[in-house]
Amino acid sequence: MSQTRTTGVVVTPRAPVAAPARGRADGRWARRAPLLPALVFAIVVTQIPFLVTLYLSTLDWNALRPGERSFAGLANYAQVLTDGRLRAALLNTVVLTACAVVASVLLGLGVAILLDRRFPGRGVVRTLLITPFLVMPMAAALLWKHAIYNPAYGLINGIVGGSTDWVSQYPMLSVVATLVWQWTPFMMLIILAGLQSQSTEILEAARVDGAGAWQIFSRVTLPHLRPYLELGALLGSIYLVQTFDAVFTITQGGPGTATTNLPYEIYLTTFRKFEYGEAAAAGVVVVIATIVVATFALRVISSLFRLEDAR
Amino acid sequence: MTAVRTDPKAPAARQRRRARRTDRAGAGWTALAWLVGLLFFLPVLWMVLTGFKREVDAASNPPTWVFTPVLDGYRQVFDRDITPYLLNSLMASVVSTLFVLLLATPAAYALSIRPVAKWRDVLFFFISTKMLPAVAALLPIYLLVKELGLLDNVWTMVVLYTAMNLPLAVWMMRSFLLEVPPALIEAAAVDGASVLVTIRRILLPIVAPGLAATALICFIFSWNEFFFAVNLTATRAGTSPIFLVGFITSEGLFLARLCAAATLVSLPVVLAGWIAQKQLVRGLSMGAVK
Repeated sequence: MSQTRTTGVVVTPRAPVAAPARGRADGRWARRAPLLPALVFAIVVTQIPFLVTLYLSTLDWNALRPGERSFAGLANYAQVLTDGRLRAALLNTVVLTACAVVASVLLGLGVAILLDRRFPGRGVVRTLLITPFLVMPMAAALLWKHAIYNPAYGLINGIVGGSTDWVSQYPMLSVVATLVWQWTPFMMLIILAGLQSQSTEILEAARVDGAGAWQIFSRVTLPHLRPYLELGALLGSIYLVQTFDAVFTITQGGPGTATTNLPYEIYLTTFRKFEYGEAAAAGVVVVIATIVVATFALRVISSLFRLEDAR
Repeated sequence: MTAVRTDPKAPAARQRRRARRTDRAGAGWTALAWLVGLLFFLPVLWMVLTGFKREVDAASNPPTWVFTPVLDGYRQVFDRDITPYLLNSLMASVVSTLFVLLLATPAAYALSIRPVAKWRDVLFFFISTKMLPAVAALLPIYLLVKELGLLDNVWTMVVLYTAMNLPLAVWMMRSFLLEVPPALIEAAAVDGASVLVTIRRILLPIVAPGLAATALICFIFSWNEFFFAVNLTATRAGTSPIFLVGFITSEGLFLARLCAAATLVSLPVVLAGWIAQKQLVRGLSMGAVK
């Protein structure tokens, strides 16, 4: 009971995100206690593997030659950084991510604007539109590969005619189109939330002042939407840069290395070539690249959430 | 526009004309919205339809739109024993979601209502683990799991999915906890309620919808996860996307079977997402968008 009182008093005087406790040590630990299980678990499961990767990256270790494991210093890194395949994979990753993110943000913006007005069946249309995002990515990739792109009986050729082999002729476009189909609903949901948080008074005022529809959109709506567009693009990039299912299923990275992105290339190095040391080095390089990009991304997120907190 | 505005006569007629014009434009926009919605839905519709076709109709060109539905595709999928895969998915997603909620909710509490000193840093640590590519962790995790003899074990997937969704859940639950009015907590404290009573009687009822939204997102992501599943499981602990791997290379007539399986494995998440559309936005944006 006495314990009850003291903890109660600590809570009382301040609003939730109050000045954190700086008082007695046991008070600080009482605050930390609920956090620790999650923090420890996250550190153990996500950080230790990276330390192991770091260690493995200095080994000359191919699993096909058991027993021959030796320290190789930075040789793997030299191999990775001079490897044409990896550079191609890096380029493919950038192209794939950028195209998919930009296209799905733009399409998502268009669709969100269409849904931002009342019309009969709006709820149904919204439900239809979010469905692609909910379909299992692996199932979506298979569906597009066989039921839509197939030259003989695919839906596209079935409707427009011809016998184009979409996947072999436009491999990157095939993968990107599938991803855009899945991610446009995601962007649409975030942007639509942004549109609906606009104050109608400001829009009305602009209209009364004689602003045209395009002027209102570019001068009022778009600036208001900016954080939502940024958030959508950022979250989309985080997920799309790791694209694996679509590449693994639709093109297997081919033809040649035309659609091999970094996740798929490292997967091949690990489980097809069994070059453990090299795969680990490639992993470390990817992590470093990600840290560079993520530092920037975190700054964006941070400003977005400060905005949210301020409201 | 100017012509209409300077027309001195009949403002009523002008208004009517304008109303009619916006009506027509409105109908156009409505039609466009429906068209776009149907276009995006078309592949899904095609998947569902094809799943009910006979294999000959499924692989026809031009495409068959009218046919007598049969259950052959589904029968074959169950004959090939999809059930254990579905059960593995269910187990991995439900149990990992429970673990995530158990770990994330107290953590979110310590980052919002009674924040630790460096709550901002901790929050960003969590999100940064989400940005590190899974592919860089695959090799050590694979070697470790192999060493422990836990390859092809559903509990391995439970642990990995818990780690995968934890940052997301921490951010989401924090955003929900921040919405609890501070006055309520203060009032409870003034009345002498203990922290545990406050949590149970005041916080939990308010954030219950938030818990549900978080659970939904975690369920979706773990149900659909493929990368770790394909590399760490095989026949015993294979989850539903693993069942689909066999369909990657085409062999003979298999489209109806493929679509039946694809529909079946997508169904739980599609239904859950449809029902909880409102929570979806907030969950996907980690609580940033309300």
